[in-house]
Amino acid sequence: MVSTRESTALHPEIWKALYAVKDPEIPPLSIVDLGIVTSVQVDEAGTVQVNLTPTFSGCPALKIMEGLVADALHVAGYEDVRVVTTFEVAWNSNMISEAGLQALLKHGLAPPPKHDGYIELDVLSDTPCPLCGSRNTTMQTPFGPTLCRSMHYCKACSNAFEAFKPVS
Amino acid sequence: MEYTEVHVLAVKELLYKMADDQLILGHRNSEWTGLGPVLEEDIAFSSMAQDKIGQAHALYQILHELGEGEPDTVAFMRNAEQFHCCHLVEIPIGEYDFSLMRHFLFDRAEQLRFELLSQSSFEPLAQVARKFRGEVKYHVMHADSWVKLLGVGNEESHGRMQEALNQAFPLALGIFEAGPYEDALKEAGIFEGELHLRNLWLEAIKPVLHAAHLSIPAEANDALAAGGRYGKHTAYLQPLLDEMTEVFRIDPAAEW
Repeated sequence: MVSTRESTALHPEIWKALYAVKDPEIPPLSIVDLGIVTSVQVDEAGTVQVNLTPTFSGCPALKIMEGLVADALHVAGYEDVRVVTTFEVAWNSNMISEAGLQALLKHGLAPPPKHDGYIELDVLSDTPCPLCGSRNTTMQTPFGPTLCRSMHYCKACSNAFEAFKPVS
Repeated sequence: MEYTEVHVLAVKELLYKMADDQLILGHRNSEWTGLGPVLEEDIAFSSMAQDKIGQAHALYQILHELGEGEPDTVAFMRNAEQFHCCHLVEIPIGEYDFSLMRHFLFDRAEQLRFELLSQSSFEPLAQVARKFRGEVKYHVMHADSWVKLLGVGNEESHGRMQEALNQAFPLALGIFEAGPYEDALKEAGIFEGELHLRNLWLEAIKPVLHAAHLSIPAEANDALAAGGRYGKHTAYLQPLLDEMTEVFRIDPAAEW
C-alpha cells in the first residue's frame, strides 16, 4: 500500500478535495486530520479509489462519510470514484494530526492524549478541561453521546465537558 | 499453510458464532436504552449495543466475502435454529445486576478472544480483531469498575451481584462450548480454541471477582448451557428475533 505521505505527493488535488470533507459529528474536523483516509489510488482508467478506516466499527457516520467523499470528488471533477471502508489499517487515536487535535479543542472536545497502546482508566480521569484548562477533573462515564466520546466534569470551572476518547 | 475446505468451514463457523453473539447481546443491551438505572448507564449500555452491532456487521461482511448472504439478510432472515449464539446472550435483561454481570463475563471473554484472533492466520479476521480489541477495552473497564463497586457496596448490592454471578456463570460457560472444527482451527493457526480461551478467561475474571468479594459458584455445570453453537437455543431467542426483525420483514427490499 502507498503510504499517506507518498500518496499526498502523488495526488495533491484529490487530497485537497478530501481535506474539505468534514466529520459530520465534529464539523470543524477534516476527515484527513482525523486520520481515517488511509489510501488514495488512481488506476490507468482514471478510477479513483479512496480507502477509509472506521474510528469505531459501529460508527453510524461511516456511510455518510463515504457519500460525502464521493460527492466531494465528483464536484472536483473526478467522475469514477470508489470509496471503500476497510479494516486493513486499524485506526487509533494517535492518527489524529496536530491540526485535528486543535479542531477538536475548537469544537469544545478535550483531545485524546497520545498513548503507547495501553489505555487505563487513569488516562481518562485527569483529562484537561477544554474550557478552562484545569486538570482538576473527573470522568463521569467512558461512554458519551457518540461512540468516540467520554463525559467528564471539571471541578475548577464546574462545567461538564466531553472528551474524544483515546483508542488503541 | 493453504486452507482446505474444512478450514473454510471452520472459519465460517467461528465467524457465525462470534457475529451472532454480538448481534443478540447488542440487541439485549439496547433494551436498556431509556431504562437505565441512571442516565450514564443508559448511555453506556446503548453505546455498547452500538459497538456490538457494528462488530456483528463487520463479521457478517467477512462471511459475505466468503460466499454467505448479505449482512442484513443473514442477520434478519434466519430462524432461531440457524443461529450459533450461546445461551448467555439470549436471556432477557432481567434486573440490572444480571445485565451487568453478563456484560462482565461476556466482554472479558471477548477481549481475550479478540486478543488471540489479532494473531490469526486468517487475515480478514485478524484485522477486525485488532480493531475490536480497542473498542471492547472500554466495555471491560466499565464492567470491572461496576462489578467491584457493587460487589463491596452494601449488603443488598453484594447479595444481588453474588446472585447474578450464580445465575450468569453457568450460562457463561456455554460461550466456550467446543465447536465442530476446533482441531482444524488450531492446526491452521486460525484460532487456539475454546478450551484455551476458557482457561485464559477464568484466570482473568478471578482477580476482579476476588476484589469484588464475589465467589464463583462451586457446582457450575457446563452441560446446562450447551447447544447454542449447534442451533439448540433457549425459549427466549425466537421471540427476540421476531421482535428484532418485525420492521425488516414488512418490506425486506425497502431503502432506508
